[in-house]
Amino acid sequence: MIYQPEKECISREQLRALQLKRLQATVALEYKQVPMYRAMMDQKGVKPEDIRTLEDIRFLPFMNKTDLRDYYPFGLLAAPQSDIVRVQGSSGTTGKPIVVGYTQNDVDVWTEMVSRALAAAGAGRDDIVQVCYGYGLFTGGLGAHQGASALGAMVIPMSAGNTQRQIMMMRDLGSTVLCCTPSYATYLGETIREMGLVPGKDIRLKAGIFGAEPWSEEMRQRLEELLGIDALDIYGLTEIAGPGVAFECLEKHGMHVNEDHVIVEVIDPVTEQPLPYGTPGELVFTTITKTGQPMLRYRTHDICTLDDTPCPCGRTTVRMSRITGRTDDMLVIRGVNVFPSQIESVLVSIHGVAPHYLLEVDRVNSADTLEVKVELTEDMFSDTVSQIEAVRQLIAEQIKSVVGVQAKITLVPPRSIPRSEGKAKRVIDHRKY
Amino acid sequence: MFVKQISIFLENVKGSLYDLMDLLGNGGINLLALSIADTTGFGIVRCITRDDQVDPALALLRQGGLIAKVNDVVCVQMPHKPCGFANVLHVLKENNLSVEYCYSFCRSTSDDAVMILRTSDKHRCVQALQQAGVTMLTQQQVDAL
Ligand SMILES: [Zn+2]
Repeated sequence: MIYQPEKECISREQLRALQLKRLQATVALEYKQVPMYRAMMDQKGVKPEDIRTLEDIRFLPFMNKTDLRDYYPFGLLAAPQSDIVRVQGSSGTTGKPIVVGYTQNDVDVWTEMVSRALAAAGAGRDDIVQVCYGYGLFTGGLGAHQGASALGAMVIPMSAGNTQRQIMMMRDLGSTVLCCTPSYATYLGETIREMGLVPGKDIRLKAGIFGAEPWSEEMRQRLEELLGIDALDIYGLTEIAGPGVAFECLEKHGMHVNEDHVIVEVIDPVTEQPLPYGTPGELVFTTITKTGQPMLRYRTHDICTLDDTPCPCGRTTVRMSRITGRTDDMLVIRGVNVFPSQIESVLVSIHGVAPHYLLEVDRVNSADTLEVKVELTEDMFSDTVSQIEAVRQLIAEQIKSVVGVQAKITLVPPRSIPRSEGKAKRVIDHRKY
Repeated sequence: MFVKQISIFLENVKGSLYDLMDLLGNGGINLLALSIADTTGFGIVRCITRDDQVDPALALLRQGGLIAKVNDVVCVQMPHKPCGFANVLHVLKENNLSVEYCYSFCRSTSDDAVMILRTSDKHRCVQALQQAGVTMLTQQQVDAL
């Protein structure tokens, strides 16, 4: 279901006109009210009136997470503190937390985005939405709560933890929509199965909206099987609003970005130049309807690809792919930006190849070299050299065409690439700078 | 009319062949024939054991973290004299079959030579050799070598 067809299915032309008007207003507000950003614009020699077309956004300076830390807590507010009705934030793993101030308008904008996401999953006023994200400074719990309330659905504000009680409420109250992290959903699903409960009979869930951490297509299949649901992805970040900045429809082919509230760009993280749709790069957001703490060209450091081909669901907004990595993981090889996640996606796309790999980068005679060590699987192995060589060649060709870099493929024995707890070490860079 | 062959993936690292032979030998596996194909990147060890040693050998190899596969090959017996093998190859050539690889047995019960053949089509290969009167050994006969 489409929550606001007049906004979500607006023509691209109308949308662009709306975006420009809203961008100009936001830049004017930011320039007037936020000394830090005014100084950055002055330094670049950009005035609000220089933003005449949407493409002119590229003249604006970027904002970063460090700005939020440096101007903690209220140095980036564009509204008087008396207009701020909420703060949300994140603890952050290092140093100071970040906080974001919301006006009532900002809370409403955020709520609207989440309502769209829930409606896209088929939720409406007859549904029972179980929220097992934490409630607090973290935007997950309150975000899902507000969005579901605005839809007129019944909300069960469970917050995180206490799995037995979650499942009891899910069964007794007949929850139909689940909002939590994909990893917790997996845990819930496995526990439900262990308890001998049957989805579709004891458990009435029909959809799950999972976010706040990256997940994969394989995990989607597992969750859909475990819980008997449509499992949909949702993306967001506190700096921009919270969950709901982008969300999947039932086509499950990328997340629709709420472009009437944000302008999304993908840039080359090194040159900082905008990239065309379809090219992976760093995701950058500009809020164009927020008034409390607008963000202009906020660099997420998340790597993804944008897709502007029409979606069968009827929404006209561009879709972002799953987050496939972080810019911190990026390698520059012979001038080409390479993300380990791209190599991984090539490997999983080839039948019989396992995504256990190690990238070794070196410099030989002042030219960068890339060696991809891939663990051999039984499917790849054969008694003839030519068949194994054919697989090696296929991997090399696919990497060349997807990543744009010639790589040497070395087959290594199974389980020979070290697996560390959690994140495997994927890259060894031998180059000396 | 086929004989089982075990192929094993080996990394091109010093000592890896020894480690493999040590693993199989200490597991009581005796090899009747052996060949190694090597490329710059890796090696494939191909070997023949008695039929009842194939499964134990595979179990050992997998325990040792090695990748191994079993496939059918043809085992031919021919007179140990000039053109013995050429006459066999002639049959294959006439039948448009190509040899992917071949290697010889360490021992034989008679004065004849025994070779393992892997061709582009194992079924047509057997048919062609049978028609030409070339002697092929069964797994049972190989087990008795
Ligand atoms: Zn759609």
